[in-house]
Amino acid sequence: MKNKKRSRLLEIWHQLKKNKLAVVALIVLVLLFLVAVAAPLLAPYLYSTQNAKLSNAGPSAEHLLGNDKLGRDILSRLIYGSRQSLSMGVAAVAIAATLGIALGAVSGYFGGWVDGLSMRLLDIYQAIPMFLLCVALAAIMGPSLTNAIIALGIGTVPGFARIMRASVLTVREKEFVEAARAINAGNGRIIMKHIVPNAIGPLIVQITMGVGSCILAGSALSFIGLGVQPPIPEWGALISDARSVMREHPTHALYPGICVMISVLACNLLGDGLRDALDPRLKN
Amino acid sequence: MASYIGKRLLLLIPVLLGIALVVMIIIDITPGDPARMMLGAQATQEQVDALREELQLNDPLPVRYVRYMGNVLRGDFGTSLMSKRPVVKEMMTRFPYTVKLVTLGTLFSVLIGIPLGIFAATHQRTWKDNAAIFISLIAVSMPSFWFALLLIRFFGVHLRWLPISGVDTWKGWVMPCAAMALGLAAIIARQVRSDMLEVIRQDYITTARAKGLSEGKVIYRHALKNAMIPVIMVIGGIFGSSLGGSLITEVIYSIPGLGQYIMTGLNNRDYPVIQSGILIISAMFAVIILLVDVIFALVDPRIRLQYVRKGRRKESKDEEQKKVAAA
Repeated sequence: MKNKKRSRLLEIWHQLKKNKLAVVALIVLVLLFLVAVAAPLLAPYLYSTQNAKLSNAGPSAEHLLGNDKLGRDILSRLIYGSRQSLSMGVAAVAIAATLGIALGAVSGYFGGWVDGLSMRLLDIYQAIPMFLLCVALAAIMGPSLTNAIIALGIGTVPGFARIMRASVLTVREKEFVEAARAINAGNGRIIMKHIVPNAIGPLIVQITMGVGSCILAGSALSFIGLGVQPPIPEWGALISDARSVMREHPTHALYPGICVMISVLACNLLGDGLRDALDPRLKN
Repeated sequence: MASYIGKRLLLLIPVLLGIALVVMIIIDITPGDPARMMLGAQATQEQVDALREELQLNDPLPVRYVRYMGNVLRGDFGTSLMSKRPVVKEMMTRFPYTVKLVTLGTLFSVLIGIPLGIFAATHQRTWKDNAAIFISLIAVSMPSFWFALLLIRFFGVHLRWLPISGVDTWKGWVMPCAAMALGLAAIIARQVRSDMLEVIRQDYITTARAKGLSEGKVIYRHALKNAMIPVIMVIGGIFGSSLGGSLITEVIYSIPGLGQYIMTGLNNRDYPVIQSGILIISAMFAVIILLVDVIFALVDPRIRLQYVRKGRRKESKDEEQKKVAAA
């Protein structure tokens, strides 16, 4: 079993390797995460160190990207900001994927009224425009990083649940599920050991791209003041900070936007590459 | 067909009842007392209690829910706690702004997205196709609020061509609509491209080419027409979800639309505004999706026949596939 699993992963990797853009995207993402992890080592200054003399100063040898209106080093704030932005994307998708996989697996496996009820619940859920739901949840719970993550996570569950359910519906008819049932395996065991590992494939693409869209939505939440709170930096919040000096110092808003764009682009490219690698037939 | 529309409209009722309940539960389980929020920290506990009594906040959730839904059915969506005016009246004055923004934004995105998608598909595996795909990928990955700020900086501050906020003249609408359209155009372009590529391989396209039609006629008369169905669905979804997504654009360009109204309501914890605002926007969203489905059935004989001849099973399966695709 273990060998088979490894070979499947290797197969995906071999397919993925052929797509140069996807490999570049993967490298970029790994680098971004390394930057986030090693932020205190890489950043030349602390994100909160103010220097009134350097308010809105341009780039210099000491401050490569210049300083913001409070004289804080912009490069350091960008580096520290990656921690909040990336963790928002990853944590929100972790919540959404866990809930979505559980809901999709249970409703797809059991069918009947369980399925009917949970799908109708998702209908209600999806009837509220997703971003509006995230904004409302974040605002009602109160602005903070954790609440923004929860809001994004809860807001994006339906996508994961529906894809998981569709995938489970095809897997549950397979012989190995019948075989497991024949040796008297319980429902819990069948779902955990047989259904979920085999049905999770199509979700990999959704997870990769979901991280990107949650980084994007998370930066939007921070931009309107519902995410990370000052003085902690986050890319969306940095753009919001830079709004007041947009006229004189447009670059202050430019850099964090580019950071968001690169990380979301990398997630999308990797997602596209993974989709082709998982199912080469889909490739046009 | 009429029975199909009727059934879909009936199905809307439980969904809307559910939305109202979900929003009420969310507000209920989160900490923070609306009465306290309205009166401020200086108010005494007696004043807060009196206001809670006045607003009937002390009743249990089911009682409040039934009362709220009863009022909604009579057209009463509550009164804003802040302005003391009926929520519906306030929303009606803001409604045209959001509808205009979303309609123009969607229109912009269609006008850019469809030609770009066709261009990419007709130049498949050339650098032109790659460039078109890459541009649309970058556009989807860009934060729209950031793009909006860059537009303001360049066209408003630097070139002074367009006003930086306010929508008193037509010029004021250009930047907000462009900012909304950016990501949406890219989504449409990607959809058009992949559908066109699928359609181009069909036999009837080979037939059209074989009988000597010009390439333009093959693409626009035969291929595009057939590729448009999933595209229309995507456009409908975009139009609907923009009703919620227009919020940030409205805030940046100070457009007094629904999004800004709900945002203010959220900041003030103005619960009637939050509750009825989300309910009304979701109802509009649902009606738009329904309209798109009906337009589909009218436009495409294949889909129409499914509803007329085949049983429920086929229909529900189709719908489920659509939902997965939409997700």
